[in-house]
Amino acid sequence: MNSGAERLPGGRWLGDGWAPAILRRIVILLVSVFVASIVVFAFMAVLPGDPAQVALGVNATPELVERTRAEFGLDRPLITQYLDWMGGVLTGDFGTSYVTREAIGPQLVDRLGVTLWLVGAGMLVALLIAMPLGTIAAVRHRRPSGTAVSALSQVGVAIPAFLAGIILVQIFAVRLGWLPSGGWTPPVRDPVEWLRGLILPALSLGLVQGAVLTRYVRTAVLDVQREDYLRTARSKGLRPYPALVRHGLRNAAVPVLTVLGLQLATLLVGAVVIERVFVLPGLGSMLLDAVAARDLLTVQGIVLVLVVAVLFVNFCVDVLYTMLDPRLRRS
Amino acid sequence: MLGRMRARWLAVAVAGALVLSGCSAGSTATVGGDDTLAVGFTAEPKNFDFTTTDGAAIPQALLYNVYEGLVKLDANAEIAPLLAESWTISPDRTVYDFHLRSGVTFSNGAPFTADDVKFSIDRVRTEWTISLKSTMDVVDHVEVVSPTHARVVLKEPSNSWLFAMTTRLGAMFDPSGVGDLANRPVGTGPYEVTDRRRGDSVVLSANPDYWGRQPAYPTVVLKYYSDATALNNALLSNGIDVISGVTAPDSVPQFEADTRFNVLQGTTNGEVVLAFNNRRAPLDDVRVRRALTLAIDREALLAAAWGGRGTLIGSMVPPTDPWYEDLSHSYPHDPERARRLLSEAGQQDLHLRLRIANLPYAMSAAQVVASDLGRIGVDVTIEPLDFPAVWLQQVFTDHDYDLSIVQHVEPRDITTFGDPGYYWGYDSPRVRELLRRADTGSPRQQVADMREVARTLSEDAAADWLFLFPNIVVAKKEVTGLVRNQVSESFDLTGLGRG
Repeated sequence: MNSGAERLPGGRWLGDGWAPAILRRIVILLVSVFVASIVVFAFMAVLPGDPAQVALGVNATPELVERTRAEFGLDRPLITQYLDWMGGVLTGDFGTSYVTREAIGPQLVDRLGVTLWLVGAGMLVALLIAMPLGTIAAVRHRRPSGTAVSALSQVGVAIPAFLAGIILVQIFAVRLGWLPSGGWTPPVRDPVEWLRGLILPALSLGLVQGAVLTRYVRTAVLDVQREDYLRTARSKGLRPYPALVRHGLRNAAVPVLTVLGLQLATLLVGAVVIERVFVLPGLGSMLLDAVAARDLLTVQGIVLVLVVAVLFVNFCVDVLYTMLDPRLRRS
Repeated sequence: MLGRMRARWLAVAVAGALVLSGCSAGSTATVGGDDTLAVGFTAEPKNFDFTTTDGAAIPQALLYNVYEGLVKLDANAEIAPLLAESWTISPDRTVYDFHLRSGVTFSNGAPFTADDVKFSIDRVRTEWTISLKSTMDVVDHVEVVSPTHARVVLKEPSNSWLFAMTTRLGAMFDPSGVGDLANRPVGTGPYEVTDRRRGDSVVLSANPDYWGRQPAYPTVVLKYYSDATALNNALLSNGIDVISGVTAPDSVPQFEADTRFNVLQGTTNGEVVLAFNNRRAPLDDVRVRRALTLAIDREALLAAAWGGRGTLIGSMVPPTDPWYEDLSHSYPHDPERARRLLSEAGQQDLHLRLRIANLPYAMSAAQVVASDLGRIGVDVTIEPLDFPAVWLQQVFTDHDYDLSIVQHVEPRDITTFGDPGYYWGYDSPRVRELLRRADTGSPRQQVADMREVARTLSEDAAADWLFLFPNIVVAKKEVTGLVRNQVSESFDLTGLGRG
């Protein structure tokens, strides 16, 4: 797509209603983030269970709970608590956790790193599966091999990622002992261990997404195959695959890329579960632990980051899509 | 163009990945080779400050390993010297003279002296916030007689005080080392915390200046698995060397059948209690409580809930306490007698709310309880509550329940029955008096009185003690020195060896 975009004169990107269109998207993004922050905060506030009591444990005296509530600022009006929190978040300060007594911001960054590796690797696996398989299924769509790929992807769609994870661990970690069953090694510490630890989680996450994506790739390639330019290429004597690779795939990639962007959100959610199965210290496991410990401030921070991430991905997809499709640009 | 470029790039990445995984596929060494021991746990410390954060995970990791007290609880549940070489107790049993080990330093280099004893014990009253600290209220004052001689004066004799000194309450701190307890613990123990990866692990490294014998493993990695299956898989796939406590009893046979592992099964301090709300009708009637206790087949319950692994106890006393006696036969399973007792008490069409912690053991125990009680005509509604938050608020704090099931893990927590405000709602002047006498009397008196407390609780059916949690440790054969019964709050690494 980039090679196509580079050929366009720069002026056309910003002129002709471009700036207002993007500006409008940015305003929508900001309003969504603002509304999301209120929803997240309000939801935490109505959750049963007193965070001070939970932080102090089973046998804490009521006086002590009261004192701790005051210390955490939990006795202030909700609106003050919200403004205080948002003010901090805007400057990158997510507050100090009631439970861990550590600054939340740096932890978030740490955990987000793990999750992004996982999501990225999962996406890579999905693409590695979907691109070739989807193409094969399309080119051979009336033959047994094509039908078999379609059927297989249908099965893949039906398998939840966590189940794929459990099965993969049983085979490759417990029975064969080739790969670790879980755990995380930072890439700077030991790149080999890091990669070995990433393979099974990325496969579990990527297999299912790959199956979903295969179906989109198949449809996209099928559509492209019906186009005139491909028929022309074939009639010049090109065999089906070379014709597709030279003229078809780039066009088929447009709708697939859009789906991929939307799948990112699904992958983030899937990562929460996969982190649990493989004991990865990512955002997902941090979220679950924080919920269990009623570490409200941490939960708020994580959920906000996740919501903003999803909104941002959707924003990027919207913008990219209008950029890539000339028809949308003109309207 | 782009399609081909991408395909080529991906091919390189895949090939790289295969090569890398192939390289190390043959080696199955654990985290860092022979000198490193990796131990798997289920509950991760939220931080390192057990003075203000409650819960079992912090002392499990740090006590005896990083922090030491004057005394410790040994594998036989007896009080043994640690930083105190010896101690004497005055005839009226209110003055304790501790003679301290010399040449002991904290991991920050500061020497350990009697001043630190005074500092640490005084600090419990002034700075600690966890509820257990009240056990130290009995201390009147601490005197520094000499750098190696500390004298603790109690307001009145207390047997539980010296026992409390073996727990986290007795941990010794350095005045210059308490600045950031949540993140940087400083103790006199054989290990210090050298790394922590939140959500993953804590790394303990041997302290080269430790006063005692150097531990067998220079590095111990405490790895945390919130999922029981993930913990089991980690041992099976060689990711760890020891499971500190199996939480999925169904998985034990696969370890027992595997020649690579040793399985140790012992007892814990964790009583799984079916709590009766003693304050509220109809459970304020002892006949109703007895009827419910008679109706439940605890043997079948243990089999269903925890694979038959565990101990039936019949009162709030684990077998490792000095005053243990087997009271598990006080209420043999007898639905007929249960029904008679209920009708004597004038109770028909009883509806009870069983509000439990949403944890695996409680969920499966609740099913058995509900079906057993159904057989004597008591209709039970099971309500799982999010643990700890919701359960703590609604059952523990607001006492809004008829029946509840939760595990009580603190050592010697039978004393909670002496607190009428506790969620049991049990108020017995006789039990309160016995507990007081046991604490202030001679050690022999203590054993006799505590036994009497346990019997009284059983007679009153103050609760139904469903079973005692087992301590199931699984380790590779090379790891020696693991303790069968869990008696202290610590997962004590100091006794471990290499076979």
